[in-house]
Parts: sequence; C-alpha cells; structure tokens
Amino acid sequence: MRTTSVEKPKSIHSPEEPRRNHGIPLELGCLKQVQVNKSAAERRAATLIARRTVKKQWQAAWLLKGVSCIDLTTLAGDDTPGRVRRLCAKARHPVRADLLEAMGVADLGITVGAVCVYPSMVSHAVQALEGSGIPVASVAAAFPAGLSSMKSRLEEIHFALQEGAAEIDIVITREHVLTGNWQALYDEVAAFRNACGDAHLKTILATGELSTLRNVQKASFVSMMAGADFIKTSTGKEAENATLPVSLTMVRAIREYREQTGYAVGFKPAGGLRTAKDAMTWLILMKEELGREWMEPELFRFGASSLLTDIERQLEHHVTGRYSAQHHHPLP
Amino acid sequence: MSSVRQIFETMEYGPAPEQTDLALNWLEEHGYAMQPFIYGEFARFMDESYFESINPRDGKPLARLVQCGQTEVNAAVAAANAAFPAWSALSGHERARYLYAIARQIQKHSRLFAVLESLDNGKPIRESRDIDIPLVARHFYHHAGWAQLRSETYIGYEPIGVCGQIIPWNFPLLMLAWKVAPALAAGNTLVLKPAEFTSLTALLFAEVLQQISLPPGVVNIVTGDGQTGELIVRHKDVRKIAFTGSTEVGRIIRRETAGTGKKLSLELGGKSPFIVFEDADLDAAVEGVVDAIWFNQGQVCCAGSRLLLQEGIAEKVIEKLRRRMETLRLGDPLDKGIDIGAIVAPVQLQRIQQLVEQGKAEGATCWQPTWALPEEGFFYPPTLFTGVEPASTLAQIEIFGPVLVTMTFRTPGESVELANNTPYGLAASVWTENLNLALDIAPKLKAGVVWINSTNLFDAASGFGGYRESGFGREGGNEGMYEYLVPSWEGFLPVYEKSEVALRPYPLTNSANANRIEPLIDRSPKLYIGGKQTRSDSGYSFTLEDAEGHYISETGLGNRKDVRNAVQAAGKAESWARATAHLRAQILYYLGENLSVRAAEFSRRLSSLTGATQNETQFEVQKTIQRLFYYAAWADKYDGHVHQTPFRNVTLAMPEPWGIVGVVCPAEQPLLALVSLVAPLIATGNRVVAVPSWKFPLLATDFYQILDTSDVPAGVINLVTGHPDELAKVLAQHDDVDALWYVGSAKISGSVERESAGNLKSTWVNHGKRRNWFDDHQAQGWEYLRHAVQIKNIWVPYGE
Repeated sequence: MRTTSVEKPKSIHSPEEPRRNHGIPLELGCLKQVQVNKSAAERRAATLIARRTVKKQWQAAWLLKGVSCIDLTTLAGDDTPGRVRRLCAKARHPVRADLLEAMGVADLGITVGAVCVYPSMVSHAVQALEGSGIPVASVAAAFPAGLSSMKSRLEEIHFALQEGAAEIDIVITREHVLTGNWQALYDEVAAFRNACGDAHLKTILATGELSTLRNVQKASFVSMMAGADFIKTSTGKEAENATLPVSLTMVRAIREYREQTGYAVGFKPAGGLRTAKDAMTWLILMKEELGREWMEPELFRFGASSLLTDIERQLEHHVTGRYSAQHHHPLP
Repeated sequence: MSSVRQIFETMEYGPAPEQTDLALNWLEEHGYAMQPFIYGEFARFMDESYFESINPRDGKPLARLVQCGQTEVNAAVAAANAAFPAWSALSGHERARYLYAIARQIQKHSRLFAVLESLDNGKPIRESRDIDIPLVARHFYHHAGWAQLRSETYIGYEPIGVCGQIIPWNFPLLMLAWKVAPALAAGNTLVLKPAEFTSLTALLFAEVLQQISLPPGVVNIVTGDGQTGELIVRHKDVRKIAFTGSTEVGRIIRRETAGTGKKLSLELGGKSPFIVFEDADLDAAVEGVVDAIWFNQGQVCCAGSRLLLQEGIAEKVIEKLRRRMETLRLGDPLDKGIDIGAIVAPVQLQRIQQLVEQGKAEGATCWQPTWALPEEGFFYPPTLFTGVEPASTLAQIEIFGPVLVTMTFRTPGESVELANNTPYGLAASVWTENLNLALDIAPKLKAGVVWINSTNLFDAASGFGGYRESGFGREGGNEGMYEYLVPSWEGFLPVYEKSEVALRPYPLTNSANANRIEPLIDRSPKLYIGGKQTRSDSGYSFTLEDAEGHYISETGLGNRKDVRNAVQAAGKAESWARATAHLRAQILYYLGENLSVRAAEFSRRLSSLTGATQNETQFEVQKTIQRLFYYAAWADKYDGHVHQTPFRNVTLAMPEPWGIVGVVCPAEQPLLALVSLVAPLIATGNRVVAVPSWKFPLLATDFYQILDTSDVPAGVINLVTGHPDELAKVLAQHDDVDALWYVGSAKISGSVERESAGNLKSTWVNHGKRRNWFDDHQAQGWEYLRHAVQIKNIWVPYGE
C-alpha cells in the first residue's frame, strides 16, 4: 500500500486513491494492428523538442516538477546501507532550502517521487525514509536480465514487499518479445502483478534489447493488458537507454490503452537521463502526447540519480543568475 | 505574472521570446528604408515611389521599400547584361568559390536571417531557424558543387544569359536560394524580384554578396509588386524567366513570354493529397498532417491540404487529429514555442476567411480548436473540414492557409482516383507500412514529388516541381540545373527561310499530268488513329504532287475532330506507359527491322517526292533506321537517379512519360524528322499524336504500314495529316494533351506557347530555328529524352 502522506500540491489524482491498472485479457488482434514507423517517430522526437521550450520561472517550476518525479536510484554492485542512507537523505531534501525559499516554494514539501534500490537495500531505505512519505521502489524478478526461474523471481518480489517496498520494478523476459510469444509475456507480467498485491508494478521493457519500435509498442501493450501500473524503458544496464523515439512509442501505447480501456498507465524513462535539459525534454513529451495529467509522479517518473544535481544547478542559476558548481549541492 | 508556485500547478509553457533587437537594429541602421540592389550597390533613382513592408504579427511597418519601375528594372537588366560576359567566362571553380562563400555567410548570419524572416513573413521562428535558413545554406553548398562540375557534367551546354526571377512570400529567402543558386552555378546573371510583402531578407542577402565581393551586376534585386514583375517578364534582354507563385499568374507569364524565345520554368499552386491507408502508423500520420498543412500556416504550395482517409480508420484519425489540434500553439511568430504564426497579410487572411465561409455555406462541417486567437495581428486558426465532397469548392481551390479538408476512400484504386482529381500535381504524401502498396501508389499519382510516410521534405539534391497545372521545370538537383542551361549550338542554328504552309485542297489540273500513259490505280492514304486507317472527319483532301509537279495522290485534311479522336485513342493506350522498357525497345528495334526490309521503296518514294538523289534518300532511310535503333537502345537505359539527400531515405528520381504528347513535324526530311521526334517519346512511354510533314505526308502514311507490322499497340502512335499551323493550335488548346513539341515557324512556335497556357502543358518549340536532322548532335540524344519525360521524386524513408 502506498503510504504517501507528504503534503503534495493538489494534483489531478488524489494520492489517497492511487490509480491501478487492473488489466484486460490479452488481445492478440490489437497487437496485429500495431504499426510504428521509425523514421516518422524519429522526426517527431526531433521536432518535438524544437517546437517547445520553457524559460524563466516556467523553467524553474518545470524543473521542480521534474524533481518530484524522480525515482532517485542506486543500483550498483557496491551499494551499501551507508550509500542508501545518503541517497535517502537527498530524497527528503532534493533541492537546497535557500533555493526553494527564493522561489517561494519552500512550503510545498517537494521531495523526489521515490527511492529505487535493490531488494537487499529496501529495508535500509525504508528506515532512512521513515516519516517522509517517500515510497521505496525495489527492482526485482532477477533484475536486470530476468533470466532466472519464475519461482525465484516471484520469491524475490515477495521478499522486497516484506522488506517494505511500495513499488516493484520488474524486468520482462526479452525472449518472449523477440520470439513473438505474447501469451508468455502476458502470463509473466500478470503473475508479477498478482505477486505485487497492493504495491505498484513497474514493468521494465529493456527497450534497448527489443530491437524495433514495433516490438517496443507490442511489449508495451501486452504489459499494460497484463496489469502493469507503469511501463518503464530500461534497466540502465542495456547498451541503449531511454531514447526519445522509444519513449514516444511507449507513451503513444499508453494513450491508446487509455482510450480503449480507461486505465491510466504511468511511464518511466530510465537510464542515461542526466541533464536538466533531459528532464525538460521528457516533460514536454508527456505534456504533448499525454497531457497535463501525466506530469505528476502518479503517472510519470524518471529513473535517475545524477539528473537531480544538474536540475539543482539549473535552479540555482534561475535564482542567482550565475552558473552553479556541482560541489555547491549536496551529493545524492 | 505567474509565480513558480502557480506554474508548478498549471504546468503551462509560458512565453519564450526570441531576441529581435539585432534584426531591428539592422533595420534602424538602414533608416527603416531599403533601396534596390543594382550593379553591386543599393541604388537610388529620381522620382522613386515607395511601399511599406509590414510585420504581420502586429500590422506595424518594418521598413520602406522602393516600388521599382521601368527605370530601375532597365538599370538592373543592363547591369546583369554587362556582368554576364565576365561572369560566364569564369571557370567553374571560380564560380564555386563565390557560391561556397555565400553558403558560409548564410550560416554565419543564420540567426539574423531567421529572425528577420519571421519578423517580415510571420512564420514561426522555429521554422525559419530550423528549416528555411539551413535549407538556404544547403542549397548554396550543393550548387557550389554544380558550379565546380558544370563543364564536365553538362557537356555541350552553356548559360542562357540574364535570368529574371520572381519569387513568392511564403519562403522568401529559401525561394531566393532555389532561384539564385542554380542560375549562378550555371554561369548566368540575374535580376530577382522578391515578393512585395517579404523583401527584407533578400536585401540582407545583397549585403552578404557585397561582403564576399561578388562581381557587380551578377545578382540584382529589385523590389516592388506584380507590376515590377511584369516589367522583368517583358524585358527584351531577359532570356529566361523563373517564377514561383500562383497558377493564375503563371498562366499570364506563359502567355506573356510566348514566342519570345525566353526559357521558362513555373512552380505554381497545388492541392496536394495526403493519403492515409488503414495499415499506416496513424499517430505518425497525424504528425505528418501537422507538418503538411500547419507548416508555415498552410501557406505552402505543396501543402497536404486534402486528407484522404481509408474508410475503416477515418473516424479514428479525425479523432486523433482533433486532439492534436488542441495542443497546437498559435501566436507570436518570434516565440520559440509556437507552431503556427501569423498570416502574411490582411489580403491573404481575408481570402482564407472567405473560402472557409463558402465551405460552410456549401454544407461542409468546420472544426477548429477551442483555444482563442491573439487579439492583434493577422492570425487564422487551424481548421478541419469534414463532409467534403470532391465537388466542393474547398476540395478544388487552393486555399493557401491552415485549412484541411478530408475525404474518404475505400480502395487503393479509389485513393488514386481522388488524389488525381485536381488540375494540380505538385506533391503527394502516402502513408502505409506496406511497401508494396506505397510503391504501387507512388507512380500512379500525378505529382512531381511523392513523400512516403513523410511530408514536406526538401533538399537541394532533389528536384522539386509540379505536374499538370502546378507548372513545369524542376528546382534543385541535376534536373534543376538544365533549367539554366541551353545547348551551346542552339544559338547558331539557321532560321527557316520559307515557312509558309500552302496546301491545295482542290484537284490538280496542271499539264504535267497529261503525259501519263496509263491511268493510275488510285490510292487513298488516310489518317492513322487508334491503330486504324481512318478518313478525315473534314471530308476534304489536299493534293500531293511529286518533285516534278506530277499529281500523285491526295491525303486527308485532318481537322480538330480528328485531333480529338486521336487524343482519345492515345488516351486508351495508357498501358504503354507501364509496358516494360524492354518491350518498348523490342518494338522500336522491330520498327527498324521492318523499315529496313522496305528501305529501297522508302528511298524511292523520298526521291520521287523531294527530288533528292537516290544516294541522299538512301542515307535518310538508313539514318532513320539508325535513329530507331538509337532510341531502342536507350529505352531500357534512360533511367532515374537515387539522389543523395542528407538523411536516411531513398530519394528516387524517376523519369516518367508526360502521357499524351503532340508532335508537329517540319516540312523537310519527312521520314527522318518524324522518327527523330516520335521515337524518343515512345521509347520513354509516351503516346503520340503526330502531325507529319505537310509537304510530304506520304512518307508518314507509308510508315503506318510499318507501324502495323511492328506490333506497335493501337493508339501509341497516331498520325493526323493536314495543316500543321491549324493542327498545332488544336493540340495546344487540347487539355488532355500533356506536352507539345512543335517544329516549324517562329510565329506558330509563339502561338503554341501562348495557347498552351490553358492547361500549362509543357511545350518544346524551335522558334523558327532549323535543326539539321542528319546531325546527331542536333537531332538525337539526351536532350530529346529529357524533354520526353518529367522527373518525379519519390522520398522513401526507411528503418525498422
């Protein structure tokens, strides 16, 4: 269960009633109609960012929104409880108080969207975030490759939940996509969804390993049909991370699924998002393709860590008019 | 003013103004007044009259410009004339250096150009910054290359002289580049007139020319309205007119230049189809529509303004489109986050409003997004019409505004039928994920440019230009260079001394006939239409005599109905265009073979009619056979190009036959000239209605026996004997004739050009100059093949 109680700006969905995607039966007919033209997607992605730009206080507000949508993440082999605690401290206070003050938003209680860690780090994060209302997300199900037995993948989800994770980021079996075995993909994601109970399920498609945008869109649809609350681009471990054309392809699937079923599914680009400009770009994508509703942490997250520091620097620039140094901001 | 706190809630974009101070300072430095650019100087004249250039965003004046009259135009043409000898004598490399320098300068001052363009024209800064100006620079770079390569690429060609260039207001600097770059690369000098609404970037461009020390007079720029344009068109020292603008003005220019020998290229209006099949990526197609009709406020000659939707997906696409239209942002063109800027001028805005009202009155359903327009300035919202029928005004008339009409179709065949149901033929977009379908549809569309799963793509390496009443000639690419070159020997051709046609539609009664010993078996050569020998509709014949004045025969005096019937027959032979090139070659070879069997007979006939010696006429027959073989050889080799456009796609430049081509043959070399003109046309897939030599039509009527025995399909070659002047006029006035070649007098050349303005058919006339049909340089070659086709550029982006 999401225990969010932090004061958040009034958003379109009240946090008390988190939206869930209850899924629908697998519709193979719908997959057959999937058409994604790569060149056109690339063109839209390229012109999208040229068509929109956000400046001055608008930029500051958008960047703050970006902060609130970050799943502040550490997923490294050398993670330790200490490292996770440091990350959680940053999650509570993602932007320097003086900057928030100067922008007149100190009382909004802006935090990141969640902290995302490996299962064995969940308990440390939960502890460090106690009382903050910030949910802990755990990767699970044999992240990042997913190539383990179904039994152990489900057990891992249960473990993460027991440790206190409120959100579960799982990876799909790429083989099912590459071989067009949509039933297997559907069954897999549905099983994970079932295992998650009240916890939100984010389904990582590992798009960098799905080869084509058509595959990306088909995998998006199957995941959503199987009940994914979020679809997420990448683990951060593939050679290719979140790209704009891939993201465009996924959010268009979200839009179509919403139109067909009424369920609003969230989107999480992850991997390679490092700059404030990236944050603006993806927020523009959400606004243009999905609308205002999808610019809140309930339906949009960045999987990132260093992104936050760059946003903070840009915010300082907005406040002071001076370009900021990285060491002026506390490490995440 | 919104606070960060409020915006955090609303997540609105907010303003993002582009700085305009540097561009405005530039205007201020010039005292908000600009002079025409003549012989390398901003020239002043006595008794100048002025007009104002307006910023369409707020209706306020930007600068005062000179309404150039006869004095200014004369000075500009004289300057260009004076500069021509030295400029055209430069080496290609030297001209390349200048073009390269222009490209570099455009890039260095790109933002200044972009801001000035958006101020003057009202287009969004994103477009001028990301599309117009980069394409301008690219055009000059590309043509720096053609300058360098001209002499080795276009052997036997030379520049024309002074070119008059008249450009529109929708892409002011880009259209300048499309005109100026190839003209200079080829070695011409020019006088350019920008549109009166948008002259400022042309004058900034003039300063660039000063800075790079382009020799004075090579480029001259005169400002003013249509009257100034008319003075350029009429100027006797201007050898070529290149015009981009409305079809209406294009027609006027065609008539005005007729018979003057001025070379002409016209890039005119359009009502381009945007076809979406049910297996298209529909979200991509919707973005395509945005780029098609809401690019530059829809003020684009090739705008995809007719959305043709396959029935099964029509509703869904329209729904998606409405949603998308709600998120379009219209407003200050100098805001970096704006999709749709201002309409160029009140007159254009009124035209759009009027046509939209008319559409509503005719019963079509109009839909516009819910958001409001800015209060000042010339703006019009994106507009979607449904319930439009092909007969609706909105489906036929070029609106030149952000107004889209939609229609539905059931089958691929019907989509083509609807797409081609327009007098225009500039561009088309085809959306399907099925390559088989895309490549089946593209060649069937009457359009100079076809974009597969894309729209409004332009590049200097690919030719741009229309079919039908969208004009003729291409801009860009190899095909565009020919518009600024002429064969170097053409100027030295002799003029026909006697070009009077004298047919005798009465029996011949002179004494020479009295010497005959036995009575002739009467022969009656006929017209040859649709593969059949037919009597002339007129019921008249004209009498033929041999070289010694003996009566030989009569032949039918073809009239306008015969031409009509011949064109109809040619229309039915449409499959010839789709026949394989191998088959066309085989038939041409077969013609040669069968002529060769009867060579002696043809040679005798030639001798008896023309009085030429057997040696001479044997040579003519052999030359004719050789020419048939020559075009048989080319039939499957005169193919297209894959242009090197700078992104991931295949740009196919496909030569396509015109369709039905009229050919009026000269009096001399009745066999050789006929074949020299007809063979390249049929080799490339055209069907021909030919008017043979009026003096010796019997060679043609003998020749149809050869056609009969050589498997030439009925209707591919039709022969109408008769008075060439009259038949030329009928052909020129026939709107189903797509192109017309005329060889004869200067006078009739002029009237052919004048009358062709009706459907703006392409004409190729000799202006009274006499070619030597025995000379391979003059009477065969790529020049003929090039005139026998028009280039269609098909852009096929790929990638999975």
